[in-house]
Amino acid sequence: MSRAAKILWTRAAVVVGAVLSLEIVCRAGLINPLTLIPPSEMAAAMLQMLASGEINGDIAHTFLTVAMAFIAAVLVGFVVGAALHELPRMRRAVDPLLASYYAIPIFVFYPLLVAVFGLNALPLIAIGFLAAVPAMLIGTLLGLDRVPRVLRKAAKVHRLNRIETVTRVVLPAALPDLFGGIKLALAYSFIGVIAGEFILSSGGLGYGIAYAYESFENRAMYGRMLFVLLVAIITNGILYAWEARLNRRRGRA
Amino acid sequence: MSHASLQGVTRVYPGARSVHALGPIDLQIARGEFFSVVGPSGCGKSTLLDVLAGLNAPTEGRITFEGKPVSGQVPDGIGVVFQEDASFPWLTVHDNVAFGLRRAGVATAEIARRVDYAIGFMGLRDFAQSYPAQLSGGMRQRVCIARTLVLQPRLILLDEPFGALDQQTRLLMGDEVLRLWRETGATVLLITHALDEAAMLSDRVGVMSARPGCFIDMVETGWPRERDSRIVSDTAFGAVTARLWSSLRSESLKAIGRAPAEA
Repeated sequence: MSRAAKILWTRAAVVVGAVLSLEIVCRAGLINPLTLIPPSEMAAAMLQMLASGEINGDIAHTFLTVAMAFIAAVLVGFVVGAALHELPRMRRAVDPLLASYYAIPIFVFYPLLVAVFGLNALPLIAIGFLAAVPAMLIGTLLGLDRVPRVLRKAAKVHRLNRIETVTRVVLPAALPDLFGGIKLALAYSFIGVIAGEFILSSGGLGYGIAYAYESFENRAMYGRMLFVLLVAIITNGILYAWEARLNRRRGRA
Repeated sequence: MSHASLQGVTRVYPGARSVHALGPIDLQIARGEFFSVVGPSGCGKSTLLDVLAGLNAPTEGRITFEGKPVSGQVPDGIGVVFQEDASFPWLTVHDNVAFGLRRAGVATAEIARRVDYAIGFMGLRDFAQSYPAQLSGGMRQRVCIARTLVLQPRLILLDEPFGALDQQTRLLMGDEVLRLWRETGATVLLITHALDEAAMLSDRVGVMSARPGCFIDMVETGWPRERDSRIVSDTAFGAVTARLWSSLRSESLKAIGRAPAEA
């Protein structure tokens, strides 16, 4: 068995072991069922809600909001990152702000966003966007910084014009870091939107979890939580595998 | 008429403390000649290549290639191989070599024919579908040479292309460059810091002074066109290398901050 396969099996065994332990502890009555239900019941509740279509509205609400926040963050992050890369003085001025951005709890702006945009999906999109945009911006800056000068020279030797240089050389060369930014932007927009739905929303998975929690509906709450967890793990896993393939092809660790 | 010429060329990098990197340089390179440039570190060898290639505009002076002025844009017919690995890591060897032809809109059948020849010529046939990351440094440099060769340049500029390779590989790569030079009939300008490499490969070697780089000696090797790395065992090879070192020694001492008399 290869080293990579061994690591994969070990990782899977740890996860399965943890879930089985939790199942045993819950079934043995060591944990109050009002606090935590067994994982098998969480899965059953999730499948039941999916089959009945009970949470379809929440899923659509959350996914649509995340998609809009994510797309806006990727576009704005890329454009601003590329502009800052071309304007070194502006970048020097903005760099300290970027470095300390994640120290700001952006959720404190939620009331302001509601006041500005009204009680609809826009404040949630804004929260997701604000959480995700710096990751894309930093990924863009990093990617463009790491394009070797010799590749830009090679573009000149091939007499590529400015647009061709960007599309045929700079962007492909920067792709691994841009992809890293995209991956993080997706995770942060997902976190921002779900957390925003907890605070103040009339729909979505975050709202559904908060509502079930306040109504002591443990099965509904844990079923939704498991669904969110699985979506996050599967999405991240796919992106991670894609990124690893990209980096392997380029000889990057 | 010379194939490429530089007349009174200087290059000054502006700034608060402007740097006079090069010149004035006067140089004529004949069509089909293998000309090398040696000089101490930081003397402006690569700057010379950049201005001749059109990658940078000279501060003063006139550069021509095939009688036409070169001014800040790489003219058709000039190919450049850099010291650093300039292969595109997201493309296979085949696609790297085909890059310039596709960009130029050459017909698919012609691309296939020329790429196949270049890949075969550089001994990369078994690696056509590999990515640069899967190749050694020497093979990646061969990919870059093949990418240049496929465009059929009439003037090939080599900027220390073997600088990162071990001595044995350098000798073998030198043989491949000589073969490329003979078969294509192109003019070659090689920038190198290795005196033996310059002596082995060139028809003529220009020795540059410490910064600002100017030519202080021109050495004709007198080698026949049919030659390879075995020429290092020729008795005249030692004399050529000794002449180069004798011209270069005091300049190299200057470059590291020591006066020739101290040495």
